[in-house]
Amino acid sequence: MRPAQIKAKIISNKRFKDSYWHLEFESRLIAESALPGQFVNIKVADGVEPLLRRPLSIHGTAGSRVRLFYEVVGAGTRLLSNRRVGEFLDVIGPLGNSFSLPGKLQGVKFQPPILVAGGMGAAPLVFLAKKIRSSRPLVLIGARTKSKLLCSREFKALGCQVKIATDDGSGGFKGRVTELLIQLLRQEISSVRGSAIYACGPRPMLKAVTKIACENNIDSQLSLEEHMACGIGACLGCVVATKSGYKRVCKDGPVFSGKELTW
Amino acid sequence: MVKQVKPDLDVRIGKLDLKNPVMVASGTFGYGEEFVDFIDLKKLGAIVTKTITVSPRLGNLPPRTCETPAGMLNSIGLENPGIDKFIAEKLPSLKKLDIPVIVSIASIEDPDEFTVLARQLDKIKEVSALELNISCPNLHKDKLISQDAKDTFELVSLVRKVTGKCLITKLSPNVISISEIALAAEAAGSDAVALINTLGGMSIDVDKRQPKIASWSGGLSGPAIRPVAVKMVWEAHNKIKIPIIGMGGIMDTQSALEFFIAGASAISVGTANFINPRASIEIISGLKAYMADNNMRNLSVLIGSLKACKD
Repeated sequence: MRPAQIKAKIISNKRFKDSYWHLEFESRLIAESALPGQFVNIKVADGVEPLLRRPLSIHGTAGSRVRLFYEVVGAGTRLLSNRRVGEFLDVIGPLGNSFSLPGKLQGVKFQPPILVAGGMGAAPLVFLAKKIRSSRPLVLIGARTKSKLLCSREFKALGCQVKIATDDGSGGFKGRVTELLIQLLRQEISSVRGSAIYACGPRPMLKAVTKIACENNIDSQLSLEEHMACGIGACLGCVVATKSGYKRVCKDGPVFSGKELTW
Repeated sequence: MVKQVKPDLDVRIGKLDLKNPVMVASGTFGYGEEFVDFIDLKKLGAIVTKTITVSPRLGNLPPRTCETPAGMLNSIGLENPGIDKFIAEKLPSLKKLDIPVIVSIASIEDPDEFTVLARQLDKIKEVSALELNISCPNLHKDKLISQDAKDTFELVSLVRKVTGKCLITKLSPNVISISEIALAAEAAGSDAVALINTLGGMSIDVDKRQPKIASWSGGLSGPAIRPVAVKMVWEAHNKIKIPIIGMGGIMDTQSALEFFIAGASAISVGTANFINPRASIEIISGLKAYMADNNMRNLSVLIGSLKACKD
């Protein structure tokens, strides 16, 4: 589906908890064509400050509505959180490639895929979990502490098996989500071998996931986050090193195969 | 009833006839393919390609861009597929657009690379003009060609000898006197000058105490540099006779008009393409409306129409 630049009406924009917000806008075009892993690029305010759009991954769609889940981290996302219901957002989307769904990977169909979410990385993985819920994905969610764990209720509501990891041990496994992944792969090696790992989160986590997937001979797909100037593939600003040279996170990604990246 | 004029937007830039004076700036538009989802490329006055070099270039290490107040820094480092792959893979779709294609070229080590590129492109009918990028700030050089009048004169003369195509020389704002450099380009046979390339800039992450882009510094663009660009266009317009293509932070019709009034015969939309892919097309219709409202039949009435302040 080709992306478009549209004015989309805000249906809701609510604080979920702490600095985490949910925003819904109306766009039949984006809602009906968006695939898990894709993102939209939003002009959060009129004028030149901030100058650039803010790329946000698609958290879900319902009918003609598109759902975003974002964290207020700077001036741009703060301005977005101030936008009111009924206002129109300047949105470009859907942008980027998408996750390859299980079954397309090495023809393996009956293994549950594993989703690994670190922090805000849960946002696009909820959309993915919804699309592949029939394959009963196993979701691992990691955070520094229990109160920072995101989307576990949403994953459970979709019928996913959810396991959590916190650095301080305040919830679930004590340690990094990647350590939990290693432990699970050891325990359940026969039942998960050959299934795909989908991950989104901080770069060190993604690098660790790639290594673990590689060691266990499992395909991995990683959704990368990067500062972008254009979001449509023109400026060559958001590149990542791959086996075939630099690739644009916005256009060739944001989803890359672990085998492809050389970071 | 007031009869409204139907403004004529066509303009001549050296040997090049444009149906309207709105182009897209090198490095902000790729080779056009990323924008087909958003605009009708055929409506543009011209397309200036991402800069091409003799050999393919990987470009600089990421991160390559960062946002700054009303602007952005970039240090892409002329990532491009090289001239042969450009001609084989990128040029065919540009040719089909039936609008002037201006190919931006640069040398990395040896100025003779410019002549190699110019000779090769000279043979291609659909290449309407060459833009000499002698002002890229991201090649880790101590001094740019366009920071020296003599170097500029010599480089333009060198290319002038090997091609009859329209030559546009793109200049750096990081100079003491822009008119001195523009005069050198004119004297060497450049058909036009493009003002301005990005300004050198730097931005620091104070928590990490690291530069925000991997190459330490980069080129500043966007509305933040517009007043610098407008002044340079005005200065050069007062000194040179060849046309000026004005650029630097043009976001909309109002900002484009500043450049025409200061003396630009055409303008390029750059960073605005990243934020509003439709900016160039909106400026074309905005310009038409402004001229009609002000009873301007053609662009020559608008270009360089700046007047002194009066009470």
